[in-house]
Amino acid sequence: MGLFSKLFSNKEKRKKAEKFKIGMMKTRNQSLSSLKDILEKSRTIDEDLFSKLEEIFIMADIGVDTVVEFIENIRNVVKQQKIEKPLDLENIIVDQMFELYLKNEIINTNIRYNKDGLTVILFVGVNGTGKTTSIGKLAYRLKNEGKTVMLAAGDTFRAGAINQLKVFGERTGVEVIAKEAGSDPSSVIFDAIKQAKARNIDVLLIDTAGRLQNKKNLMMELDKINRIIKRETNNETFETYLVIDATTGQNGLSQAQIFSEVTNITGIILTKLDGTAKGGIVLAIRNKLGIPISFVGLGEKLTDLEYFDIEDYIYGLFSDFFE
Amino acid sequence: MAFENLTGRFQMALRRLTGKAKLTENDIDEMMREIRLSLLEADVNYKVVKEFTDKVKELAYGEKILKGLNPGQQVVKIVNDELTKLMGSEASELNLEEDFIVILMVGLQGAGKTTTAGKLANYVKKNNNRKPLLVAADIYRPAAIEQLETVGKQLGIEVFQMGKIEPEKIVKSALEYARKNAFDLVIIDTAGRLHVDNMMMEEIKNIAKITKPQEILLTVDAMTGQDAVNVAETFNEALELTGCILTKLDGDTRGGAALSIRHVTGVPIKFAGTGEKLQEIEVFHPERMASRILGMGDVLSLIEKATEEIDETEAMNMMEKMMSGNFNYNDLLNQMKMIKRMGKFSGILKMLPGMSQMADVDKVDDKQLVYIEAIISSMTKEERKDPELLNRSSSRRNRVAKGSGRSTTEMNRLISMLEKQTKLMRQMAGMNPKSMENMSKNMAQGNFQPKQSRADRRRDKK
Repeated sequence: MGLFSKLFSNKEKRKKAEKFKIGMMKTRNQSLSSLKDILEKSRTIDEDLFSKLEEIFIMADIGVDTVVEFIENIRNVVKQQKIEKPLDLENIIVDQMFELYLKNEIINTNIRYNKDGLTVILFVGVNGTGKTTSIGKLAYRLKNEGKTVMLAAGDTFRAGAINQLKVFGERTGVEVIAKEAGSDPSSVIFDAIKQAKARNIDVLLIDTAGRLQNKKNLMMELDKINRIIKRETNNETFETYLVIDATTGQNGLSQAQIFSEVTNITGIILTKLDGTAKGGIVLAIRNKLGIPISFVGLGEKLTDLEYFDIEDYIYGLFSDFFE
Repeated sequence: MAFENLTGRFQMALRRLTGKAKLTENDIDEMMREIRLSLLEADVNYKVVKEFTDKVKELAYGEKILKGLNPGQQVVKIVNDELTKLMGSEASELNLEEDFIVILMVGLQGAGKTTTAGKLANYVKKNNNRKPLLVAADIYRPAAIEQLETVGKQLGIEVFQMGKIEPEKIVKSALEYARKNAFDLVIIDTAGRLHVDNMMMEEIKNIAKITKPQEILLTVDAMTGQDAVNVAETFNEALELTGCILTKLDGDTRGGAALSIRHVTGVPIKFAGTGEKLQEIEVFHPERMASRILGMGDVLSLIEKATEEIDETEAMNMMEKMMSGNFNYNDLLNQMKMIKRMGKFSGILKMLPGMSQMADVDKVDDKQLVYIEAIISSMTKEERKDPELLNRSSSRRNRVAKGSGRSTTEMNRLISMLEKQTKLMRQMAGMNPKSMENMSKNMAQGNFQPKQSRADRRRDKK
């Protein structure tokens, strides 16, 4: 009985984790032979086994550097505890994965609400990661939690973006503040904050245009948006979510790095985890830049946005151990 | 550095080899390790990387390499050849032979199908003299139809839509409409779908059955990681893709997904999306992608671009000057003016070999050009000719900065930029005038080598 089985003996916990599993199941079945298979088929812990492990983690997009570090940690534990049976690696791998993510910190990714008034949440990211959809889902979730919510259509660039947000506004019964396409996003945001304040709204979710992180001018625009929000809310600690597509490879690191140079990224929303991609790049981002994951998108329905839970995530990756 | 890029790593690995008279197995192993790491960092699929390095190793171990006069160059050649083979050697054009063409755009959510559909319609309208019709068959994503309509309006291309009814019905009517109204090319924008979503995959199969498209193009985000292979394979099995379009290639991603997709499915990559503007789509040149990976820069693209805007001799002169390794501020100014004519500075810089090594190429602001021009204009003639003058005297630097209205920091940055560039070019040219000549010749032919080997230099002496 491994650490994992203990962790998920709690029924309720397990039920929630199942959702991750369903989302990520295709992943495990399709891409590679499972971790369990590899451990069961190996006779000894040798280089061959380590390179197979390496392959599994690299295929999950965790990234070379982080995988090398991760495997090194496992090697060390194997040496220290004189472990010989491959199947005993199960606990160590899961354990090390926790450590890689948690880094001896207590990660609280709950939304930090502004106790004295309006809470502003800004969504940023490269094109096509699912910012607008994530806003729709989060609006739905927050409204169900009893908050009053407003949306700001800050993506004035992409054709159809404003209407897309408006549709989500209708579906969730939340008001959307928008100007016409092509107008200055900062002015939309300025208006939205004013109106949200005037109407005692709890949370304002701000959509922004997708931008590639190497486009300097677009990143400067983000800087301006930030200044407006800070000035209008007198609040330094609003949440800024970087939305990352689970299919993203190593470029995710560059995204996280450069976006956080311009804005204070407080968390990541990992979208499209219901495909076959594992989104391992977020582990590298956490490992190298310290940014935690706040939410994951697990499907197309409004209800398919979950708070990120590292246990669930690892369960999703390795649940073949527990069947 | 956190984000050492593929080009940089390759160059490091190659530098260790070039100039050596003989290759040991150790050398090859070491180099392959570097290549393996850099390919993985570029998101090339793990299995593809393994196959690739194994193959190159095998070829490099062979007699051919050890007998060769210049083993370093030969390894470069093998790596380049194999990469090119992997990418497919020639640019694949759209199949536009028939009078009435249907193009079906498919892909995951957020890959950029709608934007690309618009770009492609505009491209065939301009370059192939076709009358395209865009069809809005994404009935799921909110406002997807409006998005396509807006794109169509911007381009002056008609968009066919029937609101949110079954996509199968939409495409049927669209084809009838197109035939009746003398459109000769139909591009169908479909909903983004996960390749594992059986219902949605059935839908797209039906659409393909109804429309019998000449081209089924998978739109893939250039930033896609290891999963690119799964996606491309599944879509290809379901639809028999005729090509891929790689989007968002203007980002700082290395685009290793392109290699994997091509290798695993055999489907050629036909176009690349290179910007947010609706004109920014290019025919994909696989051999250039490969050479860029090898660290030769996209020299071919640069030269082609340059010859379009500037006559060839002028371009060659500039190249030579740049490569000569001792240019001054006058040259820098000329070069910048020329570059200005050619297009966006940041885009050009990236294409130059070695330039991607210079920090922050991606962050180069095109406005910087104007500032640099201002600073250089504030220098005296002597200072422009002899960069040393400014290097030595801080009062000169202050005066120039003040005169141009820029900060001394910017002034200093310009100085170090010139220095860096000079040094880099000198390194690349190997300090040998003859080799410089060769290099600019080679560059024109697109087979630029980072450094001349010792064997070659010895031969030159004789």
